[in-house]
Amino acid sequence: MSEEWLIAGASILGGTPTDIHLKDGVISEIGDNLAAPGATVLDARGLIALPGLVDLHTHLREPGREDAETVETGTRAAALGGFTAVHAMANTEPVADTAGVVEQVWRLGEQAGYVDVRPVGAVTVGLNGRQLAELGAMADSAARVRVFSDDGFCVADPLLMRRALEYVKAFDGVIAQHAQEPRLTEGAQLNEGEVASRLGLAGWPAAAEEAIIARDCLLAAHVDAALHVCHVSTAGSVEIIRWAKGRGVQVTAEVTPHHLLLTDDLAGDYNPVFKVNPPLRTKADVDALREALADGTIDCVATDHAPHPVEAKETEWAAAANGMTGLETALRVVHKAMVETGLLDWAGVADRMSARPAAIGRVPGHGLPVAPGSPANITLYDARAAATPVDPTAHASKSRNSPFAGMALPGGVAATFLRGTATVLDGKVTR
Amino acid sequence: MNRHLISAGDLSRDDAILILDTAEELASVEGRAIRKLPTLRGLTVVNLFYEDSTRTRTSFEAAAKRLSADVINFSAKGSSVAKGESLKDTALTLEAMGADAVVIRHEASGAPRRLTDWVSGRVVNAGDGTHEHPTQALLDAFTIRQRLVGGEGNTLSGSGADRRGQGLDGLRVTIVGDVLHSRVARSNVLLLSTLGAQVTLVAPPTLMPHAVETWPGRASYDLDAELRKSDVVMMLRVQQERMNAAYFPTVREYRRRYGLDAGRMALMPEHAIVMHPGPMNRGVEIAAEVADSDRSTIVAQVANGVTVRMAVLYLMLGGAGEETS
Repeated sequence: MSEEWLIAGASILGGTPTDIHLKDGVISEIGDNLAAPGATVLDARGLIALPGLVDLHTHLREPGREDAETVETGTRAAALGGFTAVHAMANTEPVADTAGVVEQVWRLGEQAGYVDVRPVGAVTVGLNGRQLAELGAMADSAARVRVFSDDGFCVADPLLMRRALEYVKAFDGVIAQHAQEPRLTEGAQLNEGEVASRLGLAGWPAAAEEAIIARDCLLAAHVDAALHVCHVSTAGSVEIIRWAKGRGVQVTAEVTPHHLLLTDDLAGDYNPVFKVNPPLRTKADVDALREALADGTIDCVATDHAPHPVEAKETEWAAAANGMTGLETALRVVHKAMVETGLLDWAGVADRMSARPAAIGRVPGHGLPVAPGSPANITLYDARAAATPVDPTAHASKSRNSPFAGMALPGGVAATFLRGTATVLDGKVTR
Repeated sequence: MNRHLISAGDLSRDDAILILDTAEELASVEGRAIRKLPTLRGLTVVNLFYEDSTRTRTSFEAAAKRLSADVINFSAKGSSVAKGESLKDTALTLEAMGADAVVIRHEASGAPRRLTDWVSGRVVNAGDGTHEHPTQALLDAFTIRQRLVGGEGNTLSGSGADRRGQGLDGLRVTIVGDVLHSRVARSNVLLLSTLGAQVTLVAPPTLMPHAVETWPGRASYDLDAELRKSDVVMMLRVQQERMNAAYFPTVREYRRRYGLDAGRMALMPEHAIVMHPGPMNRGVEIAAEVADSDRSTIVAQVANGVTVRMAVLYLMLGGAGEETS
């Protein structure tokens, strides 16, 4: 039962207003004053049409931590944030390290129907960093896994990392590394620097991220394999990735919305809503990350949406869980950090939040241009909406741990279409 | 004064001097036969201690009792999250008990700050992780002022009248040891600088905090050079768990480079004093003959701890006490 839509007067990537006709799950026609008698008309004057957003880094928490998020609530949040595909990280309980678990997560996504759920497979059994998981079985499963990550943990053993990078070449896979040298970050609580020193919180040195990225770039070059760097957070990491790309290494990288906007001084009152791994860094890091996203050194934005129940954050800092929700605020944060600052235009946003992540994740049917023949995955964004404070209690995510709570962010997602079906209209989920 | 005492940095110079002067006043009471004041009668002070610290807990307990407050000792050893109830639930329990002030010692930096979100009473930080220990800094400042300010160095006699209203201007204080993990050092750097002292931190580079150059005062790796120009030398305890974590090669080498023995003490100016927040590792950071010398203020620090904590509780709760009586 396919929907038929005439999106009237939308500005594709912020360009001249035009009509977009969605039929049979694809964009059938684009032009002025289109006639589509069978279509429902959506007045999109003033709205920006973007290709449906793709998130490379989402924690949906199911199976195991359904108190924090489920595939259903997490993907509803994703649709509200303008996403049409998300990658579900492997650190569930049980860990997504077998074909069985990744197929379960994939099926839950299909049933929910808000976005395409692309499970990420664990690199090692149980995320233990010692033995490779059955990567091929996950790749061949119904979930068609292409991104593998022990996210939350670093694949610290250099030999194991080398083998993983090599092994997944057989099925065009990519290893997404959580770059954190474990010995250098034992007990680490906050970016090692002036703020952590003053607050008496154990430091998380930038070098612990940079050392792993440098090592992995060398390994990826040596075995001619694809490396993806999760949540890059330091200016030094940017320099290393820039150097590696200049040498032709197959390395890609993501940055989170929170690392584009927030800094470590927010930890001043020890409110663990600002506790995240890697930690919030300094203004100099934020500036370097924005610049790197603008010039393409960092390929894409990924949310690292990490929902946690209230009690995991209502504690002293050291006892609190790491992580922040992000799906429902990502585009608005990028609007504020990158578009309002003039660093990216809307075509750039489409590239960094849709085309590039879809390419890195090998996601079929996503990240394609808003053009006739493309699958009708479209996000309509109202960039004119006045900045309003973020209210996590209004979020569809089960969890409330948004670091942007109370912060005024511009814009708002008006509608999202997944293969021609509206998942979000008027900023609300359609069902 | 702020509503809570979380960081020594919360205190203005006037606040700090008011506390020290009030402590002088209360110290004169200590000399009298009746050592109890009725000031906080009917108020409840809870000592919430997540770490063993008999000396700090009993000091706060004595201070509260001498002001006639009701004292509840709430010991909650071990991690609050791993076993038993959360800090928030404990806070709600204390709230239900009607705690007018909570004195908290916790192994996590920032726990007292979090507590202020959950209780309506005053919160006094009695040491949180590697963050701060502001009443220790206040008693250290009190001790320094007692020994080195006013009265031509004649310290133990007199009413302290000529010290009142005074800071620690121009005094050179050297803090030596594990500054990185020391809440005593953090609070002292802030408070002593506020009071006008010049603070120098001495530590092996591995135990010097990152970005220490942004702190008030200066840093040095050379103890001998600093001793010669110090009015006060404050030795910090080396925690057992640092000894095998590659911060320094051996305890022997630490003692050789950063320990204060009689030979080193001889480098100090004649009037200079030696302090230690306790408990000491005799033979590691401080030699027995230094700890027991007449330059050592270690016993005086303990005695002053009670009066300074009385002053803090008096100033934070005194107003509330008048309302209820």
